[in-house]
Amino acid sequence: MFPSPVHIYTDGSDAEDHVSSAFVIRHQKKRNIHHQTQLSLAANAIILAGVVCVWLQPCDLPSPQFTRDTLKGHSRPESSSRSAFLDQRDTLWMRSAGAWRDAGLYGLLDEITNSAEEVPRFLAVGSACVLALLRWASSFHGSLFPHLTLSSDEMVAEFSQMLDWSDSALRSFAWHPHTDKFAVALLDDSIRIYKSNSSATPTLKHRCQRSVCALQWKPLCGSALAVACQSCLLIWHVDPTSLSTRPSSGCAQVLSHPGHSPITSIAWSPTGSLLVSASPVDTGMMVWDVAAESAVPLQRVGGGGVTYLSWSPDGSRLLAATPSALFRVWETRMWTCERWPCLKGSCQSACWSPDGGCLLLSMQGERVIYALTFSDLTGGSKAASVVADLSETSFPGPDGDLTVGGEVCSLSWDPRGERLAVLLKGDSQAVNHPSVIAVFKTRSSPVFELLPCGFVMGEAGAEPRFMQFHPHFQHGALLTVCWSDGRISHVPFYFSSAGLLGGDSPQQALASNTADHSSNKLYTEQIS
Amino acid sequence: MFSLKQNSWFIRKVVIWRAVASIAWSVLLLPVTTAVFVLLSRFSLFHPIQWISDCTSLLAASSTIFSLVVLCGVVLITGFFNLEFYTLVPSIPCSRMALLGTVLHPRQCVHSLVYCTMGMLVMWCASVTIGGRYSTLGTTCRQSESGEVVTCLNEYHLFILLAGAFMGYSHSFLGVVQNMYYVSFQPIQQYKYPRFKGCLPMVVKCSVIQALYSARNFAAFYFFFGYAPKTWISSTLNLQIDSSLQPLDSLTGLLDLSLLYHLSISGTFLYLTWYLTVLLFRIYVTEAYSFPVQSTFTEDAEQSLPKVLAEKNTLVMKFLALQDLALLSQHSLSRRLEVFSLSQPGGHAHNWNAISRECLSLLSELTQRLVAHQDAVASNGRVKSQSASSDTRSASSSSSVVSGTEDIAETPRLSVPLRTPGSVFKSSVGGANSALTAPFTPDVDSPFSSPAIRRLVGQQDPQSPCFGTVQSPHIMRRGPKPWSASTESQSSGSPPASPATVPSPPAASQKPSFLAQWLQNRREQVKSFLAKRVLIMYLFNKLPEASSQALFADSQAHIWALQGLSHLVAASFSEDQFGVVQTTLPNILSCLVVLLEAVDRHFKLPHASSKPVRTICSMGDSTYKTLRFLLRAVLKTTIYKITTTFGEHLNAVNISTEHRKRLQQFLEFKD
Repeated sequence: MFPSPVHIYTDGSDAEDHVSSAFVIRHQKKRNIHHQTQLSLAANAIILAGVVCVWLQPCDLPSPQFTRDTLKGHSRPESSSRSAFLDQRDTLWMRSAGAWRDAGLYGLLDEITNSAEEVPRFLAVGSACVLALLRWASSFHGSLFPHLTLSSDEMVAEFSQMLDWSDSALRSFAWHPHTDKFAVALLDDSIRIYKSNSSATPTLKHRCQRSVCALQWKPLCGSALAVACQSCLLIWHVDPTSLSTRPSSGCAQVLSHPGHSPITSIAWSPTGSLLVSASPVDTGMMVWDVAAESAVPLQRVGGGGVTYLSWSPDGSRLLAATPSALFRVWETRMWTCERWPCLKGSCQSACWSPDGGCLLLSMQGERVIYALTFSDLTGGSKAASVVADLSETSFPGPDGDLTVGGEVCSLSWDPRGERLAVLLKGDSQAVNHPSVIAVFKTRSSPVFELLPCGFVMGEAGAEPRFMQFHPHFQHGALLTVCWSDGRISHVPFYFSSAGLLGGDSPQQALASNTADHSSNKLYTEQIS
Repeated sequence: MFSLKQNSWFIRKVVIWRAVASIAWSVLLLPVTTAVFVLLSRFSLFHPIQWISDCTSLLAASSTIFSLVVLCGVVLITGFFNLEFYTLVPSIPCSRMALLGTVLHPRQCVHSLVYCTMGMLVMWCASVTIGGRYSTLGTTCRQSESGEVVTCLNEYHLFILLAGAFMGYSHSFLGVVQNMYYVSFQPIQQYKYPRFKGCLPMVVKCSVIQALYSARNFAAFYFFFGYAPKTWISSTLNLQIDSSLQPLDSLTGLLDLSLLYHLSISGTFLYLTWYLTVLLFRIYVTEAYSFPVQSTFTEDAEQSLPKVLAEKNTLVMKFLALQDLALLSQHSLSRRLEVFSLSQPGGHAHNWNAISRECLSLLSELTQRLVAHQDAVASNGRVKSQSASSDTRSASSSSSVVSGTEDIAETPRLSVPLRTPGSVFKSSVGGANSALTAPFTPDVDSPFSSPAIRRLVGQQDPQSPCFGTVQSPHIMRRGPKPWSASTESQSSGSPPASPATVPSPPAASQKPSFLAQWLQNRREQVKSFLAKRVLIMYLFNKLPEASSQALFADSQAHIWALQGLSHLVAASFSEDQFGVVQTTLPNILSCLVVLLEAVDRHFKLPHASSKPVRTICSMGDSTYKTLRFLLRAVLKTTIYKITTTFGEHLNAVNISTEHRKRLQQFLEFKD
């Protein structure tokens, strides 16, 4: 046990940061970057403070690790398991009915074409023609929207917020918005729920729970967890007081809508009354009334589907990204939308400021962060402005130079609006160019400011895959990171709030001002 | 006949105009649907140019214009029926017998008759438009033996006309079964045009599916019974039957692909016309209406939100006011501030007090309704006071058939105003009821009595007749069931001695005479006899979920009241300058907790938590079946919203210890 993490102070900074992680890089110079002035990593003098191989655990949040070996995914999809059984010839009717049930019209036509010797000639030829026509039409459709040619699993992997989804032991992660518990979806299609101060970890399994792409807890509710699966949407009701480790599948509601799968993103409204789900193959997003199990589709054809949804914390707007170079921002009062065409690439990730007035976006393949402002009075900005340039820059490190920067894969803003974490993709070929999480200090009033704060890196070989801020950490901000080695770790940032900014409730800010850091139960753990 | 003067300002100024606008749009849409119908009905794959030119010339023809005029008339009547029949609180039949009673009710019969006629009219227009062999009822034909030319019956035309009547009836019938006239509110707000656009594919799909089903059913119907109308028409109109053609009521005659195609196309057209009218009406009526929170002038005082919320008689206005409350509490800062403001001279929080009082009374009324229902179930239907005793029953009750296992557990329902149907012209019918309905509605408490009947009789509808226990034969046998005297004597076959000697069931105060004892025994025998008959049990058994659904039938109002309260209270934490909400906070919290307990207990009853089967595609709205789940979810969210906003400050609120304990669970997110 080591006594305490290394304390590093920034001079001239109004807040005090105790960052501890595997790798900490500190800044000495403070520079205010105003709205529309670009920030680049290279422009800031950054020195390396030291390597702290300390994993720090605030409170006693569980940080489990999952390896691929211990979790066995279902090895092959259902359709290919057929080869394991003896081939038995059914009658043509039976086979046609089965094909219709399994694969729809395509399957039926395929079956008829394949059994040409049993059916009348005109039927076989006709179905072959129709099949060719359908394939041609769908390939034309696919050439308009290339993502439609992907298989269901590939699509989930492509549009999931978890990087490298298909290879990862962790499929998705979600903090509960009000309590210290989180849910993790794993490779074997199960979901585990971890609570602080509790050793019981309920495991959720369901027949329909395949290829989990997103998880989200219902706000203003202790129990409901929405799960985006390959074929449907599951709403688990996990009784928080129950000690059962294996809730039955009767606790889950199955919501599905024809043509609306796989679901790659879900978003609860902050009041917990509505749930929106999106699928890359469906041009409409579904607004679910979960208790009534009914959905209102909101159809907009352009874009070819919806991949990512993010509800602003004040509930007034909803971002919907499409697979094409286009995203929409819905206003949730009358459900009208603004179209935002991009120059190139689709919207990869986005996060809202706590007051819902500012939206940060990253585009696929781009190394910059864009910002959009919204305002009910002035209508907000007319074009997205670049607020940060995160191109490759090298820094002197302990083991030689370290290159940092690259494509922005994921963005996360802490609920008080004071820290912004940016996941930068590295270059797997290069030696010293790992994926890192860059952390910035942010301030939204009087002007938007972004100050470099530090980097979070994993152990050797471990790359960050997903990150999310704890929704109500008392003493600052707590970033939870899922690593490629299957570990989940929590990186706390202790600071006292620099003025009561943001849309937080007064008590929370008060609590953080009076928080006594030394009384905190901190312990460290050596990582070999 | 309809005196609009009696209706409130809201119906005169808003609802009527909304209905008129919806009908106007349906009329405007008619040429479009007709054009599509013409294109589809004349479709020929191999002569596309001729097809297009035919259709354009047909669209300009005078016959089409005349058809359009007829169709306009049909749409107007449909729109009128929508306005007359629509309801915000669905009527939920509790047994199959009650459903049968609703279907056979005279008002419903008139409705069916009108729809049959309209169906025939539309199909006549369709057959004229399709032309060819369908166009007229009589055709010239040559008699086989004599060779002379006579006028024959065109069976194709007759077939299409009868199909129209059939579809009209099935539309009217399904309207009752699926609660077609129930208007539900969407969970999200949308402008009318996007909403119409979003619903259009669903409506087209529904009408196609419904038309295919109806075509199949009608083909089967015509196959078995088609002979009768054919001979009847030919004999009355003195038309010959062309023996050289294949008769249509045979297998080979019906297996005519072109005929079936035209039948389903015209059926789709028919249903689409009606469904579009219904859809537009729903969209217009449920559009949000913004009531002023505070009226500037005294003459507008009755239109302000607090006054409107307290209104009892106009259900649609009350619903829209509650919706407006829920919306303003969520989206509009300036209107929230008006709610929290104080009156200028005097400094009273009139707005907030009136609004919160109205919401709380709605919620506590629901609580009482639930508690009373639970008591009724817990006592196994043994209800002590049979307040609506049989002495009020009219002498004509002899025509009431077996009233079977219908038990009238008198659940006190305080929501009398809410149960009044939302029809516009409600009060006008009351005058003429006695003469009109006496032979049909003998017994107001009989299973035949639907809310519609009650309305006709002019009696305020105290409850749907399905509160009480879920019936099973053995429960019935041991419980002293309030079998109505008249029905029992009817079913036992013995003529009643006199109305005076028939005891009213809960005759606990009277001394049980020998005769009463004997009657009691007979009654038991009859009951056990009837309980063994499968058909009777089938007809009279309660539908399992119905009582639960009926309890929560008007819960949309409670849901909005909850949402409005929760957002207002949460907003008051930072926006309420004068602390007007603080004074009512203990009331609100205890009311919510008590309601939560009642709801939780209700969900422990059998069948209460079973989910209804989802209907695949129908125009009837089945939202009311899941309202209780929605209410429970919204109630919990409401409490969470308040507890998370106020946090530890709740400890300073003066509420009872038990309620505090319950709230503590919410504070810890353990519920």
